[in-house]
This record gives sequence, C-alpha cells and structure tokens, in this order.
Amino acid sequence: MARSDVQLMLDVKAGDERSFELLLRKYRAPLVNFLYRMVRDSAVAEDLAQEVFLRVYRARKDYAPSAKFTTWMFRIATNLALNSVRDNRYRQSEVSMDQAVNDGDDERRAMEVPDHTPTVEQVLVARSRSEMILRAIDSLPEKQRAAVLLHKYQELDYDEIARILDCSESALKSLLFRAYETLRTVLAPMLNAEKVSSHAPWGVGGPYE
Amino acid sequence: MEDKLVEYLDGRANPVARRAVADHLAVCSNCRDRADDFRTLFGALDDLPVISPSTAFDASLRGRIAAEAASRDFLGWIPSPRLAFAVTALIAMSVWLSSMPRTANTDSAMNRVPTEAEFSMIRDLPVLENYEVISKFDALSELPASADDVAAAEVKNESSE
Repeated sequence: MARSDVQLMLDVKAGDERSFELLLRKYRAPLVNFLYRMVRDSAVAEDLAQEVFLRVYRARKDYAPSAKFTTWMFRIATNLALNSVRDNRYRQSEVSMDQAVNDGDDERRAMEVPDHTPTVEQVLVARSRSEMILRAIDSLPEKQRAAVLLHKYQELDYDEIARILDCSESALKSLLFRAYETLRTVLAPMLNAEKVSSHAPWGVGGPYE
Repeated sequence: MEDKLVEYLDGRANPVARRAVADHLAVCSNCRDRADDFRTLFGALDDLPVISPSTAFDASLRGRIAAEAASRDFLGWIPSPRLAFAVTALIAMSVWLSSMPRTANTDSAMNRVPTEAEFSMIRDLPVLENYEVISKFDALSELPASADDVAAAEVKNESSE
C-alpha cells in the first residue's frame, strides 16, 4: 500500500533516504512548473525548486505533521517565488515557445505542447495563445498569480491554498475571483474568438478547412 | 455571489451554495456571461505548456545536500553561530580591557608602606624642625566660623546678658 506524504516525510525524519527520493520524484515536476509560471524563467524555477527540497530535507529532523505535506512544501515554494519576484533579482523574460529547456545533456528541446497532430498553422496559433495566456498571468499581482496557479494547476483545496497564502478562505475566494476577472478582461479578444469558433459549425480554421 | 462563483465552476461548492449560484445565474445575464467566460478561461489555462525538470535536477540537488552536510561537519564543533559570536565578543572585550592603562587606587596607595627615601624626605622637612613656626601656626584660627559656631556664640551671649 502506498505511503502517504506525511508517512514518507516521517520516514525521512527517521533516516530513510529512499522516502525522500519518492517525494522528490512525485513533486519535482509540479514544483518546477508552479515556480516557472511564477518567475517565468526555467533556470530560476529549477534553482528555486531545488531550494524547496533542500529546505524540506534540512527540516526533516524537526518535522511534525501539523499540516498536509503539500501545504508545507508549497508554502515554502510560494514564499521563495514571491521573494524572487519582488526582489526582481531575475530578469522577467518573455516566454518563447522556442525557449530552450536545458536538460543537462546539451540537448535543447522546446517546451512540450499538448497537441493532437497539429498542422503548422495550429502550432503557431497554439504558441501565440500560450504566450498570451502566460503574459496575462504574469501581469497579475504576485499573490493573485500564486492563488491562480495553486488553484488551477495544483488543484489544492481552498483551505490549503489559504494556509499557503496566509489568508482566510473567504479572502482567498475574493482573490481568485479578482484574478480570474482580470484574466477574463485581458484575454477577452482571445476568449471571444474561442467562444465564436466553438459555436461555429466548422472547425477552428474556418469554413474552408 | 462573487465568492461563490469560482467554487461553483470548479465543482467544489457545497450543495446549498451550488443551488444559490445556479438560481442566480438563471436570472442574471451579466453573471451568466461571466460564468461562461470563466469556463472558457479555465479551458484555455488547461492548455498551457508543461515543462519538465532537467535531467540534471536530481544530481544537482544531491550535490547541494552533500555540500551542506560537509560544511556542517566542518563547523560542527561550533555549538551555534550566536554562541560562537558571543564568546568571541567576550574574549575581545577582555583583551581590550586588560590593555587599558591602570588608574591610581587610593586604597592601595594609602596602605602602601613608604620607602626609605620617602620617609627620609618627610623626616628631614625643615619646617617640621622650626618650632617657632610651628608654635605660631594655628590653622584652626584662620578658618571661617561655621554656622553652628555662630549660633552657639549667640546663645552664649544671650545667656550671659
């Protein structure tokens, strides 16, 4: 039977290094993605994600399961990300779909785009759309940005997100509403185009596809 | 209504809240449009690209953990940085205080036994051998009268009268 995150962390506390490896494998990608969408730089996101795991490992001997493991871990990650964004130590880079992700083997690969055998035109449209969305998320105040990313991509409970952001649940729901309302306004042209195309009898490309 | 809309759309609202929002959306076209836009937005957000951590991520993390453990072993004999700083500060203050010049201690000066040279100076002071000077020297008569002496003299005068 799979051990819970809390049990894994208690095993790490007891000296089981393999339990730490399991936590690392489980949360490495979600953490990097969350941090990437916060700071918009893949190298910085990896550096911050490593710092999160380093702090988790450092605190193992004093670990006490007073909250969910994900609450604790994402709280560390959010604080690091907010500090990084506010310090502005890292240049906020424009997201490019051609931005290479260094996988350490000197092989450069583009970001993965979920697609279903797209045409070239659809790939370009998807890249442009993703850039618009990422830019819109980037324009949000840091706390709203963190709230959206934790809500939408990590699918954490409201009370968990509220603890991570150190606010009440009702304050969090207000924060989320304002964030989505801003995104709705900023992305209105794109959203309207998608609503029109989804209601059209033909596909995305138009009546001549 | 605003606070309930997001949890309604992501399916996490409780039954009472869900019913309240659904009833409101049935009669409010603005909120209905907003809810539609939010649904489309959520779909768009789902399509954001996902990045994978680099293949060097784990190795780099292990390196950082090992480096931290190594530095901790090196400095392990220091119980804590604050304690080390406090001890260092105390030692520095002691050294500084001990290097300061000593001031005269009147008690020790008084208890100090005069040397032979000093004693001979005192013994051979010419003024002490001049009896005539000594006998005429009445330092107390030179002093101004104190307030008590004045009061005592007045009382004596009044009683004699």
